[in-house]
Amino acid sequence: MADHNKEVDQITGVETTGHEWDGLKELNNPLPKWWLYIFYGCIVWAIGYWVLMPSWPLVSDYTKGVLGSSQRAEATAEFQAAQAERAKMGEKLMQASLQEIEDTPELLEFAMAQGKIAFGDNCAPCHGTSATGALGYPNLQDDAWIWGGSLDDINYTISYGIRSGNDDERYAEMSAFGRDEILSKEEIVNVSSYVAKIAGIDPDPKADLDAGAVLFEENCAACHGEDAKGLRDAGGPDLTAPNYLYKRSLEGIEAQVTSPKHGVMPAWIDRLGETTVKSLAVYVHSLGGGE
Amino acid sequence: MVKQKARYLTLEEGGFATLLLATVVLCLIIAGRTFDQVLAFHAGVVAVASAVGAFYIFRRYFDGEKLRAPLEIDGKPNYNFGPVKVGAWLSVFWGIAGFLVGLIIALQLAYPVLNLDLPWTSFGRMRPLHTSAVIFAFGGNVLIASSFYVVQRTCRARMPGEILPWLVVLGYNVFIVIAGTGYLLGVTQGKEYAEPEWYADWLLTIVWVFYLFAFLGTIWRRREPHIYVANWFYLAFIVTIAVLHIFNNASLPVSLFSTKSYIVWAGVQDAMVQWWYGHNAVGFFLTAGFLAIMYYFIPKRAERPVYSYRLSIVHFWALIFIYIWAGPHHLHYTALPQWASTLGMTFSIILWMPSWGGMINGLMTLSGAWDKMRTDPVLRMMVVSVAFYGMSTFEGPVMSIREVNGLSHYTDWTIGHVHAGALGWVGYISFGALYCLIPWLYNKKLYSLRLVNAHFWVSTLGIVLYICAMWVSGIMQGLMWRAYDSLGFLEYSFIETVDAMHPFYVIRALGGGMFLLGALFMAYNLIMTVRSKESEETVADTSGLVAAE
Repeated sequence: MADHNKEVDQITGVETTGHEWDGLKELNNPLPKWWLYIFYGCIVWAIGYWVLMPSWPLVSDYTKGVLGSSQRAEATAEFQAAQAERAKMGEKLMQASLQEIEDTPELLEFAMAQGKIAFGDNCAPCHGTSATGALGYPNLQDDAWIWGGSLDDINYTISYGIRSGNDDERYAEMSAFGRDEILSKEEIVNVSSYVAKIAGIDPDPKADLDAGAVLFEENCAACHGEDAKGLRDAGGPDLTAPNYLYKRSLEGIEAQVTSPKHGVMPAWIDRLGETTVKSLAVYVHSLGGGE
Repeated sequence: MVKQKARYLTLEEGGFATLLLATVVLCLIIAGRTFDQVLAFHAGVVAVASAVGAFYIFRRYFDGEKLRAPLEIDGKPNYNFGPVKVGAWLSVFWGIAGFLVGLIIALQLAYPVLNLDLPWTSFGRMRPLHTSAVIFAFGGNVLIASSFYVVQRTCRARMPGEILPWLVVLGYNVFIVIAGTGYLLGVTQGKEYAEPEWYADWLLTIVWVFYLFAFLGTIWRRREPHIYVANWFYLAFIVTIAVLHIFNNASLPVSLFSTKSYIVWAGVQDAMVQWWYGHNAVGFFLTAGFLAIMYYFIPKRAERPVYSYRLSIVHFWALIFIYIWAGPHHLHYTALPQWASTLGMTFSIILWMPSWGGMINGLMTLSGAWDKMRTDPVLRMMVVSVAFYGMSTFEGPVMSIREVNGLSHYTDWTIGHVHAGALGWVGYISFGALYCLIPWLYNKKLYSLRLVNAHFWVSTLGIVLYICAMWVSGIMQGLMWRAYDSLGFLEYSFIETVDAMHPFYVIRALGGGMFLLGALFMAYNLIMTVRSKESEETVADTSGLVAAE
């Protein structure tokens, strides 16, 4: 140490170390006592913690700690306890029919709790947190059900999905009347305007609505029904409904007739299991549109 | 024009020119043979950068510049400040770029439509761009520039080499460009804060070794008997980052002609190495490095001696010994064995006081000069920076406790904690250093102290908005995730927790926007400082050399 350069700082009265770099000096203050004692305290606490808990690795093992704590065992026990707790009601849910679940307050409460959370984590990304749907994703709150809105219909749709690739999927495909040149451009305008008129949308003033009615009869009624109110067995949506899956406008109808879009709903039965799907069916059924 | 007599290339010129030309050839081969367009682009960038570097070395030779700049002029060290200036300006540029990207991704979280449905602008690619831009581009350039300044001045010696320091500063920034463009083009090895792929890692490794040489070489040449505390911290930062970088990025490329590589570690060991790296990037890049800045610029600006030499020694060694153990607290309640998790947590608690040693030394250095807090907004910024440092180094150990971590982990609380440290500590100490450095380097008076004041207040308010929003949002998120109803089902679905965070995301973006605004004030202020005609005579005592007796 270059002791010969030590000086006393005028303001604090503390000696410097005698070193200097680019005008910078250092005071020779001791370590603050409170700082040192808290530091020691933390070390003592850590040593205590090491004695109590699993901490230091050994050659092929580790120190277990005198408390014998194992967070894996604790987590497994908690998990199993929660599962057992839920299994009691889950068992009853499995045995009961969907209608019985809805009629039994105790089962209904359980199914609604399970359904709500399962819906939020699995269904809401497409159908929305309040199940009101979005363009291409059906609204589950309204009365328009493409594949049926009874408890069993909903349960089936959730279980096996739509165009999901599951063996028991619900499947329907609309012909691409424009893209595959089944209908001419003029015919598409006519039939679309006819559908628009039924749905309460202004038709194309140049369209021949009578010709459109004939075209509808020949090409659409098989799936959408004579009255265009939809056929659930064929998966043809109600064209008079206030909500459409895709754009509810003349252009939207023309686009769908020309080159239809087809959404996909996954099959959930293998992923969520029967109890959860039942709860979901009850939950969705209760949202307002259930039949 | 009188041409100087022909001379031989120095060993340094010849060596680096050879290295750069070899790099050009290698990169051209890679660019020519690869089917990977991004790799071809990156090889092209490095080839062009290396060719330009080699061109400048030869031009320097043919211009007949003096063989070697004199080490001293009139008995005073002839410091090499060119690379410092470039590094300082690059840090201003990258800082603003990084803060801007941060603001964009904050807005994307609040309004997802801003992802624009394009791969290049999606959150997943922009987020590493933000973190790397602020940590490595902004922070890294501040560290390199300030370390070159501080080590020369406190060693009273010119840095070794004429090409070497330039290669460090410019080579590092080429790495930044490669890393950043890679993220946007979808190249990543998926390790947080270590996203660049193998070839960028190699580039950084080479540059970093040069950095170590330049730094150690200056210390080797020092004209002072002792090594100043700031240099211990810089050296700890440089050495440890090298070790962390190499171990965490140990990977095998699929081929020399592919961007893709595979990490040699697997499973939970990979996770452990990653967070050993990740946590010590915080410890040695964002803490030790910036403590070095604090140890030079605060006493310099306050014109006061450092509070305690002993404390600086004890907290330095305690900090570097203990920090390296704390990584496992990032992996509580995972596949990591409980004993490792315990060690990470207990060492994090022990780390509390060693971290605070730096805070005490920073704040207590002000004793006898507290009045300057009122008159000097630059000093105020640095002091508040140390206060934020103290706050986040207390919050960190608290969050490392398993039970607390069970609530805080994976929530916005972590984001808030990181930004208290990043914006408050790293940001403010860097801004303070830049407000000092630029006037000192150009021997000019700082253009406007009132503008510094405005910067201070707008960004302080921004930081407070940011971290408070994240505290509330994070704790709310954690509580919502763990809420069960009486039947044993989760109370909230994930999407509901996201929905609940929206207002806080908006507030956070507002805070980030204010922080960016403050940085724009700084950029303007610094540019005007250099453009002003007024040179600074009155601060000669801080910028001038104090003759050693």
